[in-house]
Order: sequence, then structure tokens, then C-alpha cells
Amino acid sequence: MILVFVDHDRGVIEDISLQGITFARSLDATVEAVVVGGEANAALLGEYGVTKIHHATHASLVDYTPQAAGRALAEVVKRTSPSALISGGTPRGNEVLAHAGAMLDLPVVADCSEIDLGTSTVKRMRWGGNLIEHAKVHTSMMIASIFPHQIAALPAPASAEVASFEPELTAQDTLVKIIDRTGEAAGGVTLAEAKVIVSGGRGVGEDFTLIETLAGLLGGAVGCSRVVTAAGWRPHAEQVGQTGTKVAPDLYIACGISGATQHIAGCKNSKTLIAINTDGDAPIMSYADYAIVGDLHQILPAIIAATQAAKG
Amino acid sequence: MEVLVCIKRVILAGNTFVLNDDHTDIDTRHLGYTLSPHEESAVEAAVRLNEEFGGTTTLLTLGHVDSEEQIRSQMAIGPDRAILLETDGSEWDPQATANAIIEAIKKEETKFDVIIFGSESADTAGYQTGIRVAHALSLPIVTNVKGLKVENGVARCERAVGTMREIYEVPLPAVLTVRDGIAIPRYPSVPGRIKARKKPMDVFPVEKPAAKIEKVKLELPPVKAKGATMLSADADGAHKLVEIFREIGVLS
Ligand SMILES: Cc1cc2nc3c(=O)[nH]c(=O)nc-3n(C[C@H](O)[C@H](O)[C@H](O)COP(=O)(O)OP(=O)(O)OC[C@H]3O[C@@H](n4cnc5c(N)ncnc54)[C@H](O)[C@@H]3O)c2cc1C
Ligand SMILES: Cc1cc2nc3c(=O)[nH]c(=O)nc-3n(C[C@H](O)[C@H](O)[C@H](O)COP(=O)(O)OP(=O)(O)OC[C@H]3O[C@@H](n4cnc5c(N)ncnc54)[C@H](O)[C@@H]3O)c2cc1C
Repeated sequence: MILVFVDHDRGVIEDISLQGITFARSLDATVEAVVVGGEANAALLGEYGVTKIHHATHASLVDYTPQAAGRALAEVVKRTSPSALISGGTPRGNEVLAHAGAMLDLPVVADCSEIDLGTSTVKRMRWGGNLIEHAKVHTSMMIASIFPHQIAALPAPASAEVASFEPELTAQDTLVKIIDRTGEAAGGVTLAEAKVIVSGGRGVGEDFTLIETLAGLLGGAVGCSRVVTAAGWRPHAEQVGQTGTKVAPDLYIACGISGATQHIAGCKNSKTLIAINTDGDAPIMSYADYAIVGDLHQILPAIIAATQAAKG
Repeated sequence: MEVLVCIKRVILAGNTFVLNDDHTDIDTRHLGYTLSPHEESAVEAAVRLNEEFGGTTTLLTLGHVDSEEQIRSQMAIGPDRAILLETDGSEWDPQATANAIIEAIKKEETKFDVIIFGSESADTAGYQTGIRVAHALSLPIVTNVKGLKVENGVARCERAVGTMREIYEVPLPAVLTVRDGIAIPRYPSVPGRIKARKKPMDVFPVEKPAAKIEKVKLELPPVKAKGATMLSADADGAHKLVEIFREIGVLS
């Protein structure tokens, strides 16, 4: 049996978690899930092939409480002795697995793309997906998270039985929890959801008016490289890349961005990528579907004018 | 406020990775080294805590003796001293790294109020070193912190989720793992750089235990060169682009 940690935000389960369940089914026919707090979500998890849900409920589990989730997970592991503990590679999934791994004193392998339980070997992602590591894991039980978007979440309808339990929590386990939520200054389309992103790098300079104008015309969001946020030209929330936001829009227009691996890690899943760069040999060119070699300060005004004319 | 920041030297990767002949490592002959942006931001956040509350910042690195270069460059913006757990430079897995850091912290006379890590390292990204250290020291931990405010011995931590921010509060002493952008690192001043050369750094050799996660080899993911269609840098190219906008459905 494979045990899957399913993270949720106030009951909402992300696609990356369902990818984790789908992956687990390829390791073993029997997949059980651990859900901490909220609702057991039996209908949805059953649809993805989960046959049993260990649902941790406790008076202190009102909102996300990372260490308590790790404790509940470790408790189910001890009780059910699964052959592996898996989670989708969401920030919460990685965090809770690390708590459980520390409690059980077992290794945790993050961001895996392949797992072979027979040989206890994995393939996992380094450098935000730019390099693959083959590793042998010396452990009595595999604990691993699955790199996001390696496989698509696929249903395999089953009926999931719910077993609720109250985990034994220490005071320390529930000390750190969400106590409030605030919205970021709501301003237009957010990076992660935008269908179009017009992104600027060092080549743009301090003035992002051209980038903002084109993004506005296409109903898109503004993105940028780390050079731009480090210089303080744009807020960090707009940084695309390995340590910024990972995006997958329909259209990504990279203006004055060279295409460092760390930037590419955040935008390589864009459906269409257009590069505008003075340097025809810039690395961004090999990721581009369309490219214009030249000065963005002359090219963008022409594109803006043509787009305005087309919109009438 | 006494702050410890754990920083890791990583390769300054260029635009592609080149592997050595037996594909067991990255060919580093032509590469420099740097710190992960998460950890650069961590150092800046620590220095700001000292500016607000006094006290000192200590840097800790487990790695090759040449990591001194990254340590000194960070000391130039404020940290007072450093601990280098010297290895032969080969990779340590997250558990081994955490255990060595735990031992080093236990030996310290300084009682740290805040111990800061990056949320994951830039190269191997295990997402766990900080969490393992927190458990071993029985300290509370908040991860992925992108905003920090300390008041009356309590750290108010913000974590970004989409467009929202989750707020956590944790009494100090505590462990935090932080993300790039929590504090934009300042540029080091010339006097700062000169002072950094003379700041104390303790070097302790450490013995590498058997790896639990044993790297066997590395592989480059296939890159499909898209073979970009070139458009001209004039009004004609701009009109072709508008047609493309229409084709892919981003302009009606
Ligand atoms: C561990 C690690 C993590 C990182 N994470 C990220 C990350 O998340 N996101 C990120 O972006 N970076 C990240 N970086 C930094 C990254 O390595 C690069 O330094 C950065 O992406 C470069 O930004 P850039 O392309 O804007 O600047 P440059 O590399 O300087 O490129 C500028 C480009 O603009 C072109 N140009 C100049 N003038 C013009 C003009 N007038 N018109 C058109 N083109 C022009 C130039 O030809 C050049 O190609 C990370 C680095 C490390 C070490
Ligand atoms: C070195 C390193 C750096 C990392 N830096 C970050 C970081 O800065 N921010 C971060 O959130 N996570 C980062 N991660 C963690 C990991 O990649 C996240 O788990 C992943 O980004 C998923 O996060 P998310 O659930 O917030 O979805 P997001 O990445 O925010 O995705 C939002 C939406 O974009 C789409 N999407 C995103 N990526 C893809 C894709 N590859 N293919 C198709 N669609 C996609 C999906 O529709 C998804 O719902 C990093 C990992 C490593 C190893």
C-alpha cells in the first residue's frame, strides 16, 4: 500500500496533489490518503483511485498547521506500515513530508520524476528542473514528493472509505499555524494566472512603461528577471524563475532577457514564447517560437501601435 | 538579538550545465560559485534584525574551504562572525548536513534567538535542512517566509500563496526558512568589504557520514530547440506579431 499526503487549502485540493495520487497508483494498486483537518473529500479522492482516507481531525486543526500535519502523517505511517509515503510537490507537501521525515528519522527525497521501489532508486530534479539526479535511497521506507507537472492527474474511479482519527499532538505541534490571511494589493491580473505575460530584463532599464502598456493591451501581467527586482526597478512579486514564480501562460514575451537557466526554469512551459533581444545569440533564442533581433525601445512602440490599430 | 544564518555555496551556473565524463558531477572547471538568492535575502533579513534590535549575526557554512569567499562577501554587508564546517567539497545529503549543523549549534556558547535558512537550496533543493534542525533543537519553525516583523519576542511571518499572504506568529527562539525577496540585499560598501576581511571565522573540519540519498549520476533533461521563426525589427514584423496574437487567441 502507498500512503499519499493530500494537502488542501481550506478544503480545496490542488491539481499537483492529484498528480501525486496518480503517480502513487503507478507504484502500487492500493493507494490510501491522509487528509489533515478540513473535510475528507471522499468523492474527489475516490475518483482518483484512493480506497481509504485517514482523516485527521482535532480541535486545534482549524487552519493549516504544518508540524501537526507531519505528526498525523507519522502516526498513520507507524500504524499502517505503507511501502512508501508520497506527496505532490507543492510547498506544503514538501514541508509536511520533511516534518514527518524528521519525526521518523528517515530520508526525504524531494521533487522526484521517477521512483523504483524494488531497487530503491529515484530520479529527482535539481536546479528547478534543469538537471536530473539519479539516486539510490538507503531507507526502510521511501518518502518522496513528486515534481509538479511531470505527469497529468488522471481519474481511476474507486470508492473511498473514510477513517477519522484524532492524532496525538504536542503543544509544540500546534504552535505554528496560520493565524490570518491578507490579500496582496489587488492590481490587475496575477502572474500565476495570467494568459499573457510581458516580461522585461536588464535590457529594459528602469522605465517599464512600454512593458506595462503592451501587457495592458493584451490583458496580461508584467513579469521580470531577477536583475530587475535586485535593482529595485520592479517588485519581487513580478519575478519569474527558479526563485521567483513559475508560470505557464499561453504567451510569454521576453524583452531584454538573456535566458539564464534560472529564469528559463520559471517560463519554459509557456505555450508560445516570443523573444526580443539585441543579441541574436542570446540563450533565450533557443527557447523562443518567434524572435525579433533589435532594440526593444524601438520594437515595442511598433508592436504597441500595431496592436492598438488591430483593436480598433 | 543573536541571529544565525546558514548559507551554502553553489555553482554559478551559466546558461547550460556541462557534465564530467562519467556524468557523476557538473564540470566546474570553468565555473564560479555564488550563494542562492534565498540565502542572500536571508543574510539581509538578519542584518536588518541586528539594526533594529542590536546583537550580532553569525554565518554558518558546511562546505569546501573556498566557501570563505562567499562568507566574506556576505560579511561585507554586516554579519559579525562565521563558522565554516570544512568538508572536502563533495555533496552531503540533507540529513547529514542537518546533523552537522545541529552539532555545531549545540557546541556554540551563543544562544541564537533566530536561526535562518533558505527554503530550499538552489542546486539540490531538498526542502528539509531547516525543518530537521528545528526538530533536533525542539524549536518551532516557519518555512517559506517572505515577510518578517519581530515585536515583543514574537516573529510575525508572511508566506506568499498566489496573490494572498498567510500570516504565522511564532515566539522566539525559532527557526525560519526564507525565500528570495524577503529583503532585497544591499550592495556592500567599500569599508564594509575591508572590515569583512578581518572578521573572525572559526573553521572546524567535519567527517562525512554515509549518504542516505546517494547520488549515482546526473543527466541533462532533453532540450528541444524550438528553432525560432525570425521576424523583422520593423512595422512589418510588428504586424506579423499581431497576426500571431490573433492566431493563438490572446487578441480578439
Ligand atoms: C540560484 C540562482 C537562482 C536564480 N533565480 C532567478 C530567477 O528566479 N529569475 C531570474 O530571472 N533570475 C534568477 N537568477 C539570476 C539569473 O542567473 C540571471 O542573472 C538573470 O536572469 C539575468 O537577468 P536578465 O536576463 O534581465 O539580464 P542579462 O543576463 O544581463 O540580460 C540582458 C539581456 O538584454 C539584452 N538587451 C540589452 N539591451 C537591450 C535592448 N535595448 N533591447 C533588447 N535587448 C536588450 C541583452 O542582449 C541581454 O541578452 C538566479 C541566479 C541564481 C544563481
Ligand atoms: C530550486 C527551486 C526553486 C523553486 N522556486 C519556486 C518558486 O519560486 N515558487 C514556487 O511557487 N515554487 C518554487 N519551487 C517549488 C516547486 O516548483 C513548486 O512546488 C511549484 O512551483 C508548484 O507551486 P504551486 O503549487 O504554487 O504552483 P505554481 O508554480 O504557482 O503554478 C501555478 C499554476 O501555473 C501552472 N503551472 C506552473 N508550472 C507549470 C508547469 N511546469 N507546467 C504546466 N503548468 C504549470 C499551473 O496551472 C499551476 O496551477 C521551486 C523548486 C525548486 C527546486
